[in-house]
Amino acid sequence: MRRSDLVEATVDALRQAETSLPDWVMSSLEEAKRLETNPVARSHLGFMLENVGIAQGSKIPLCQDTGLPIFHLVVGRYARFDFDLRDAVAEGVRIATKDVPLRPNVVDPLTRKNTEDNTGEGMPDVIIDTVDGDSIRITAFPKGAGSENMSLVGMINPADDPFDFILKAVEERAVNSCPPLFLGIGIGGTFDLAARLAKRALLRMPGSSDIEMDLLRRINALGIGPMGLGGDTTALGVKIEKASCHTASLPVAINFQCWANRSASRVVR
Amino acid sequence: MEHRLKTPLSEEDVKKLRAGDVVFLSGIVYTARDKAHALMRSKQSPVSLEGAALYHCGPLIKNGKVLSAGPTTSGRMARYSDEILSWGARAIIGKGGLHSGPFKGRAVYLAYPGGCGAAAAGQLKAVKAHLAELGMAEALWEFQAENLGPMIVAIDTQGSDLYQDVRNKARARGR
Repeated sequence: MRRSDLVEATVDALRQAETSLPDWVMSSLEEAKRLETNPVARSHLGFMLENVGIAQGSKIPLCQDTGLPIFHLVVGRYARFDFDLRDAVAEGVRIATKDVPLRPNVVDPLTRKNTEDNTGEGMPDVIIDTVDGDSIRITAFPKGAGSENMSLVGMINPADDPFDFILKAVEERAVNSCPPLFLGIGIGGTFDLAARLAKRALLRMPGSSDIEMDLLRRINALGIGPMGLGGDTTALGVKIEKASCHTASLPVAINFQCWANRSASRVVR
Repeated sequence: MEHRLKTPLSEEDVKKLRAGDVVFLSGIVYTARDKAHALMRSKQSPVSLEGAALYHCGPLIKNGKVLSAGPTTSGRMARYSDEILSWGARAIIGKGGLHSGPFKGRAVYLAYPGGCGAAAAGQLKAVKAHLAELGMAEALWEFQAENLGPMIVAIDTQGSDLYQDVRNKARARGR
C-alpha cells in the first residue's frame, strides 16, 4: 500500500463529507419534511435541504464549521504498509484545509493558538479497528463544535433510569446542537468507555431496535423541533452501544450530532 | 408576517417585529464571536454598533470570497448581550437564542437556520476584516448582506421568546 494513496483518500473523503451529505441522511431529512406538521419547522427542513444542494452544486462546505478532523480507519489484517497511518491522515487534513478549503478550527486548548492547518496535538483523531482483509477503509467524520459542546457523560446511580437521564439532557441541550439531531449513546463500561461507545454509535447510525425507536419517539414528543423553534422533528436517529459495567456503576454518554451528519468513505488497497 | 429590512436599523424598525415573523436583512452586518466579544469588552468595538445587526458567525472565507457563513451558538456570547445592546445594536443574529431580558424595548434576536452556511454565503459579501489578528473564524467581519434570510424573529422587543415557549412545553411533556 502506498502512503500517497491514503493521503489522497483522506483528502477525497474529507472533501465529499464537507460538501454533501450521505444519501441516508438526505432521505431522513426529506422524510421528516414530508411528515412535519409545524410550518416553521417544515420551512427550516426545506432550507436545510436547499443548503445541501447549494453546497453540492458549488462544491463548498455546507456548514462554515467544517469541524474537527475525526477519522475511522478499518484496517485489514493482511494490509501491508511501511508508513505511519496517523501521519498520512494528518497530511491529508493539511492538504484538504487548503484545497477544499476548510476553516482552520484547531487550537491549543490552553493558549488557544490556532495551528492554521487543522492538525495539532492528538489531531486528527484517528480511531482504528482491525478486520479480515487486505485493504483500509477510511471514513471522514468531521465534527462541528455546536453539537459536540452539548455532549456529556453521566455517572448515574444504577437505581436511576438511563432513558430519563437521556431525555432530560436532550430537553436541556438540543436547542444548541442544531436539531433535528442524531444521538450516539453509550451505556455502561467506564467513564471513558461510555464516551467512546457513544462516538462509535454515531458511526453506526441509524439504530432500529425497539429500545432505540422508543427513545426516538419520546424525544420527538418533546416538540423541540428544528433549531429549537418547535415542531415534530427533534431527532432523526438514535443509536445505542452497550458495554458491561461495574455493579456499582451506570455510565451514560450522549454524543450529540447536528442534522448535518457528515461522513464519507474511501477504500485504499 | 414577512419583513425586508435594511441596516442601520431604527428603534421603529425593530419594535414592529413580532416573535415568529420572518426577516430578510440587507446592508452592513458585522460578525463577532467569542474572542471579538472579549476584546470589545476589554478595549472597545472597532466599529460603531449604533443600529447595527451583529451576527454570531465564524465564516469560512478564501481570497476575500465568503464560502460558508452560517450562525454559531449564541449561548457562548450570552454574557455580553447587555453591553452589545447598550452600545446601540438593534439585532443579534445567531442560533439557539439568548436571555430575552436585555432585548426588551430595544432589540430583537433573529434566528438563521443553523448549518446552512453555503446558503448564507450567497447572501453575503466580505467588505473588511476588523480585528483580523484574531484569525478567520474569530475576526470581526464587515459583510454586505443582500436579503440575508429567512430569519425567524425568535425574541422580540416585547419580551416574547420562542425558545422559552418551546422549552416550557418540552419540560411539561418530558415529565
